[in-house]
Amino acid sequence: MSEKIGQLLQTTPEVINVGLDLFARAIREQGGSVQSVDWRPPMVEPAPQALPLFNDPRIAEANQEAVTRMMRAQPVVIGVARARDVIPGMTERTFLHAGPPIDWAHASGPLRGALIGAMLFEGFAETPEEAVRKLESGYVELSPNHEHDSVGPMAGVISPSMPVYIAVNAAGQNRAYTNFNEGIGKVMRMGAYAPEVIDRLRWISNVLAPLVGKALERSGGIDLRNIIAQALQMGDECHNRNKAATSLFYREIAPHLVECDAPASDIAAVLRFINANDHFFVNLAMVAAKVMADAAHGIAGSTVVTTLSRNGTEFGIRVSGLGNRWFTGPANVPRGLYFAGFGPDDANPDIGDSAITETAGFGGFALAGAPAIVQFIGGTPADAVRATLEMYEITVAEHEVFRIPALDFRGTPVGIDLRAVIRTGILPVIDTGIAHRQPGIGQVGAGIVRPPERCFVEAYRAFEREYLAERLAGTEPAGRSER
Amino acid sequence: MVTRVHVEPNSYFDSVALMAVAAAANRRPGVELVALVMGTSANLELLRDSGFSDERLERVGPNDLVIAVRASDEEMAEATVRFALDELRRSGPTHRSEDAVVFPRSLRSALRLHPQADIVVISVPGPYAPIEAEEALRAGRHVFLFSDNVSIEHEIRLKQLARELGLLLMGPDCGTAYVNGLGLGFMNAVRRGPIGIVAAAGTGLQQVASLIDWLGSGISHSLGTGGRDLDERVGGATMLAALDALATDPATEVIVTVSKPPAPAVAQRVVERLAQCGKPAVVCFVGTTPVVEGQVQIARNLTEAAQLAVQLATGRPLTELELPGTDEARARLTAERSRLAPGQRFLRGLYSGGTLCEEAMAILLPKLGAVHSNVPLRPELRLEDPRRSVDHTFVDLGSDEFTVGRPHPMIDQTVRIERLLREAEDATVAGIVLDVVLGYGAAADPASELAPVISQVRQRATEAGRTLAIVVALIGTRADPQNYARQRELLESAGAIVVPSNAAAAELAGALVA
Repeated sequence: MSEKIGQLLQTTPEVINVGLDLFARAIREQGGSVQSVDWRPPMVEPAPQALPLFNDPRIAEANQEAVTRMMRAQPVVIGVARARDVIPGMTERTFLHAGPPIDWAHASGPLRGALIGAMLFEGFAETPEEAVRKLESGYVELSPNHEHDSVGPMAGVISPSMPVYIAVNAAGQNRAYTNFNEGIGKVMRMGAYAPEVIDRLRWISNVLAPLVGKALERSGGIDLRNIIAQALQMGDECHNRNKAATSLFYREIAPHLVECDAPASDIAAVLRFINANDHFFVNLAMVAAKVMADAAHGIAGSTVVTTLSRNGTEFGIRVSGLGNRWFTGPANVPRGLYFAGFGPDDANPDIGDSAITETAGFGGFALAGAPAIVQFIGGTPADAVRATLEMYEITVAEHEVFRIPALDFRGTPVGIDLRAVIRTGILPVIDTGIAHRQPGIGQVGAGIVRPPERCFVEAYRAFEREYLAERLAGTEPAGRSER
Repeated sequence: MVTRVHVEPNSYFDSVALMAVAAAANRRPGVELVALVMGTSANLELLRDSGFSDERLERVGPNDLVIAVRASDEEMAEATVRFALDELRRSGPTHRSEDAVVFPRSLRSALRLHPQADIVVISVPGPYAPIEAEEALRAGRHVFLFSDNVSIEHEIRLKQLARELGLLLMGPDCGTAYVNGLGLGFMNAVRRGPIGIVAAAGTGLQQVASLIDWLGSGISHSLGTGGRDLDERVGGATMLAALDALATDPATEVIVTVSKPPAPAVAQRVVERLAQCGKPAVVCFVGTTPVVEGQVQIARNLTEAAQLAVQLATGRPLTELELPGTDEARARLTAERSRLAPGQRFLRGLYSGGTLCEEAMAILLPKLGAVHSNVPLRPELRLEDPRRSVDHTFVDLGSDEFTVGRPHPMIDQTVRIERLLREAEDATVAGIVLDVVLGYGAAADPASELAPVISQVRQRATEAGRTLAIVVALIGTRADPQNYARQRELLESAGAIVVPSNAAAAELAGALVA
């Protein structure tokens, strides 16, 4: 005789109602206590034999392992190097870009613009026209940042001689790389390639990056997770607002910069550049997130999403337990606010690796802590709180380190569970910049975007197939690690 | 006749909203059938079975709304689609994916908000129900699983899991329960008392509990198991767990077990467990009389089960346990019988409760020789077309073939009224039996829907020189929210003969044509 059933018969039960509201009303009519779930059908109808995967304890265990590694990864930025010297698989003729794989023919305006800019910057072409001809003929090999331990905002183009930050996981083995932020407006990451854009890139390459690299070496490395954790309590969500994080980074790096053996005018120019660019930190936030997400990747049986990324044409995701396969769908156009003179017709579909921040449990997932930008994303502070609360429905855990004052210091939602996305139909919320659809123009606004359903549906179907095959073979589908 | 299929992508509506609009749309002139469903594979199959074939049906998913219309002409079909869309948009939020979020959206979040919850009531469509049920069990909560169309493989697995975790899983396809004074699903407002019930038959449980109330006793708990629990493969897992719980429950003095005819081996196990439970017990396997031993009493029908239980609980003799109104009903029936025209010799039963339908057939079968049905007692009695009655016919209108995209007759009378009008035109029909089930969860005022139709068909019969006896089993208690007395009065003033017992209703109807 079960004790728990015996206990049930000794109490007036309190009820949770999942489904027809009729039954919740019937309980209330009797004066009973009931909490209703706003249930909706899943995104897809799962195969009947696959239903156990939604509650399989072995998957839960694998996911817990993945999200623990993600939260406990400790990204530290230790220095700066030339891309071709440090990024795995990078050759003299490799251009890395944001998002899932793509070729020139399918590239959107801003990605084309950035690729043209990189051709000019590398000296592979003298004019934009020449750059286009060479890009059309396959002069360089295009490859996703994510497949080279790297990330880049918007177009995300990293060419062989560009300087990149090196971030290591002090609590693990992996490292990640990212480029330098150029500021806002007419910048290469948004598809601009005018002479002043290329000149700025040269200054970054020749002055800013070497000095920041030296200062980082003197500092012994700066803990990025600490800066993000603090910034999240200072009104940043570290995707679309990086004011606090940039300030914190500035305070950390300034003394080491001053101690570098360099002309005072260069040091002052570097400090002024950082100070004048509220988004200086976003690349560091991204590289930190990449270190965290990669730490969670490759755990057998895990349904935690470890990549969310867009190339301006397609949105792509990858899943911890599904190897390095991309699952893609057409990128959506963000909804948001536009700079004067621009409107929705100018917007390019979603682009950039920056959704790695959402993947790691901040960015859009921490909107509740960033009331200052809710106007920018077209809403009220209540909308921001709701956006974060909604993300708890699709995540595995609440972050141990990243906490939100407005939610009573609740940890941010972290570790997107593919199964929960499928089950609830709730798609991750991403706050993002908006690039002009034509090459050469640059940023025109910022807003909110969600991935296309198709990425998740296809990833789910792939996971379901593997799960069923393993069940049929009678092997344990989860709980083992490939690492 | 033309058919038309309209798809509204990514527009989720809950089934109750769809049913309400479908009911209204079906009442439009020139419309033969309107189905409003979400595009789940089960719904699509039912649409195809109903004769809707359209290549777009191959491409719709569970978040797509499908409106299928069969109507007199294109214009009518088109207008009906527009009507349905307008009604849906008017009747409430459409949950388009861009809408603001209402929390919580998942069981996990609900449990975070209400960690003290004991039991999770689940009524999502069958293909998804096992996901919710398993999550609830793994979170340590008992489950009341109303959803049907859950495969037996999932049922076996989930019941095994419940047993390992020491939890009670009522269902799938569990319609009703009553735990320490709180009704779950469809349940009547019964008095508390010493009688505990375990039932694998939802409306059967409601009948027994209501009659116990009428007879002056009350219910400690009544636990549902789902209709398939006593299948050989499930082995009575929930029933045995529930019987064990009632056996040690201090509030329960008498135990009643109700089921449709179970697998013999399982029946044996249940009866043995009852015999050993140390409390007086009554068993009713509707339509069969099992061999029992010890303290276990056998009831031939649900009414007798209630009477025996009250006798055991109160010590009052059976002769005192008469149900109210029986004599009066008998007198009215005799009057009806005298007015029958020659050729009026068949009965029709139009039921909302499957168990009640089977009970009526089991009572009438020996008297009438053959009772045809969509849920027949014997395979050779299955109706070729469930929509067309043959001689004596009793149908369960709550079965899938009648409820695709249309409201269940426990919630809305549309389906039943259509059928009632059709049966009444048949000059060979002497009487029609209906069950009307009251209680929490059931339709707010079923008599108001039925009474005008009953008046109308009786009026027409009179004009045609015959009579048409309408016998209603009104299942419920005086405390039910629908107001029992008023429901009875409305039905009686329309000319129906109303009794609180389904067995009595069947016997009265049998006397009409015997």
